[in-house]
Amino acid sequence: MHRVWAIIERDLRRFRRSPVLMIMSIMMPLVQLVVLGYAFGGKIKDLKIGVVDEDHGLPGVKLKEMLQAVAANAKTFTPSYYTDKADAMHDLRNGKINGVLDIPPLFSRKVLAGAAPRIALIEDNTDQFSSGALEGVFSEMLPTYNSGPVAPRMPAAATLDVVEVYPYVPYIQYLLPGVTVLAIFVSAMIGGGIIFIDDKARGLHEGYLVTPIRKFELILGFTLAGAAKAIIAGIVLVTLGSVIAGIPDPLNPIRIAKMLLLVVTTSMALISMMFLLMVRVSDPLVPRAIFGMLNTVLYFPSGAVYPTQSFPGWMKAISVVDPFTYAVHGFKELVLKNTGLMAISGDLLFLTLFTVLMMTSATILFRRTL
Amino acid sequence: MYDIEVDKLGKRFGDFVAVDCLSFNVEHGEVFGLLGPNGAGKSTLIRMLTTLVPPSSGVARVNGFDVVKEATEVRQSIGVIPQAMTSDLDLSAVENMSIFAKLYGIPKERRIKTIKGLLKDVDLEQWADKPVKMFSGGMRRRLEIARGLVHEPKIFFLDEPTTGLDPVSRVSVWEMLVRLKSERDLTILMTTHYMDEADKLCDRIAIVDHGKMVVLDSPLKLKASIPGKNILEVSFSSVPEGWIDRLRALTDVADVKNEENIFRISSNNGPKTTVALLEAARDAGLTVASLSVQSTTLDDVFVHYTGHQLRDMLQAPSAMNSPFIMRRGGGL
Repeated sequence: MHRVWAIIERDLRRFRRSPVLMIMSIMMPLVQLVVLGYAFGGKIKDLKIGVVDEDHGLPGVKLKEMLQAVAANAKTFTPSYYTDKADAMHDLRNGKINGVLDIPPLFSRKVLAGAAPRIALIEDNTDQFSSGALEGVFSEMLPTYNSGPVAPRMPAAATLDVVEVYPYVPYIQYLLPGVTVLAIFVSAMIGGGIIFIDDKARGLHEGYLVTPIRKFELILGFTLAGAAKAIIAGIVLVTLGSVIAGIPDPLNPIRIAKMLLLVVTTSMALISMMFLLMVRVSDPLVPRAIFGMLNTVLYFPSGAVYPTQSFPGWMKAISVVDPFTYAVHGFKELVLKNTGLMAISGDLLFLTLFTVLMMTSATILFRRTL
Repeated sequence: MYDIEVDKLGKRFGDFVAVDCLSFNVEHGEVFGLLGPNGAGKSTLIRMLTTLVPPSSGVARVNGFDVVKEATEVRQSIGVIPQAMTSDLDLSAVENMSIFAKLYGIPKERRIKTIKGLLKDVDLEQWADKPVKMFSGGMRRRLEIARGLVHEPKIFFLDEPTTGLDPVSRVSVWEMLVRLKSERDLTILMTTHYMDEADKLCDRIAIVDHGKMVVLDSPLKLKASIPGKNILEVSFSSVPEGWIDRLRALTDVADVKNEENIFRISSNNGPKTTVALLEAARDAGLTVASLSVQSTTLDDVFVHYTGHQLRDMLQAPSAMNSPFIMRRGGGL
């Protein structure tokens, strides 16, 4: 075991003296957390909607008052009024406004007669997020518009009451588990991929190979040394990220201890996977070349940025064997729900078995000669 | 028993024969040199003996252990200094050595004592705690030699130990190796393409070319084995037909070779041959463009036995650079 420690000591001393690469492995996911979290997480506001009233009746006025109320409170959009529908359509096509609400002629008459009155929302559907937000507002607004001035004491239609078990989860918090796993992965990629192959190309491994160290000791030493750096990256990211994302009680020791267990298990799984991928590689360009591809193949199918239930079959198949999936799920449980270890026992078991499989395969494939 | 026994050892990389059926033995306490150009097979041979590359044929034993069947015992017995400098630049000299001592399982007390002694032996005591990135090439090489001895091996392999060093550093490494060898009772096998290095350090030299051993003997005997005591290198402004025969007929000439109109004349009496040469040139109306007279060196031995200059071979592209060889063996 002293030989294994010698390899770990060497790596950690180098890391302490020259931590730039490892700092970068934390910075990249952290920047992603902040930028993506705030870019995608906020509610859409300040859209512009053109209103064309071709009816000029009282029901249309009531509708326009409701539009003003949305503009003053939720601020999803600001209405601007057109007298000519063609002008409104021209501005829509030129991107000056995001949608046109058309109140057609005879709207008032149909409302008063109860004869299926209709208004039209003409939207710029090239931006699905904005058009979705407009549709959402109007879908919520119209039932209120349609209800009478006095609500019935006992509504005849069935209604749905939504009860949220946890406090509101902003998107930045939803991203944090995935970004934590990404930080561990980047660290594994740098430590277990790039630096490992660079050392090999520089002849450092030749120094190890002429000593009596055994194959398994070498693999274990490389894995633990890489995992130690990944653990540092993971625990820094999950703690700092929790503070930035506003996770409640981020520095609770019990919470951090549970996180640490998952960080260690994830680090071992990803580093051992990296060594298996690199075990026969000697060209320093290879880990750099596959970095982006691996990142995409492992990160996105894991459910880190979008629920796996929405994936096509082939992508679901990747997510089943992807260690990211289990790590991300485990971190979601701990970060967003603050659950106990039982809730993530399946994830821990998968990651442990994955580590054993990767290390065994790497040991079998590792050549103790040049 | 010899410290190193090599019997019909060979290594092929696909169709390329890097080492072709080499046999030799190295006695205890001997400094044995493998001399040859890049691509001659020296590094492949040393890598086979240090268990880094499995042989394709033949047998080799180091300290009595088979390099294939008893690789762990061989590794425990040897110190190895590879061609590339592999110290960690961010770590100090002591840290570099300490990590290797731990890889060999040296207990703490012995480790501290050995490292201190070795750093003193290689004149790096003052630099013990400084990061290696502050070291010159010569200092790094001295550190690597000390690192290779940290587990006190009796057999020491050095692959081109002074390649890339300036002349002063080279001499310093030579002196250190001579001192370490006598103080620590080492058997040394080293590769080099420097004639003066082999001449200065080695008890016996094997000249290797294209994977084959050309000749093996002590430097003195090798130099005595070729004709003449002096070598004259001469060139003329123009050379008439049959001029080489005229040179062969000069006083005390043992042999003449013409390499691109530079005539290498082996002479048993350099001064007399020089006078005769100048008279012959004057009589023939030739102008001497250049002339040098020197004692026989290992370079002359190399030329005699291989038919080409070592320095020419060093400049020529070698098979070592072929992608296939680099991929399979990391060089020759």
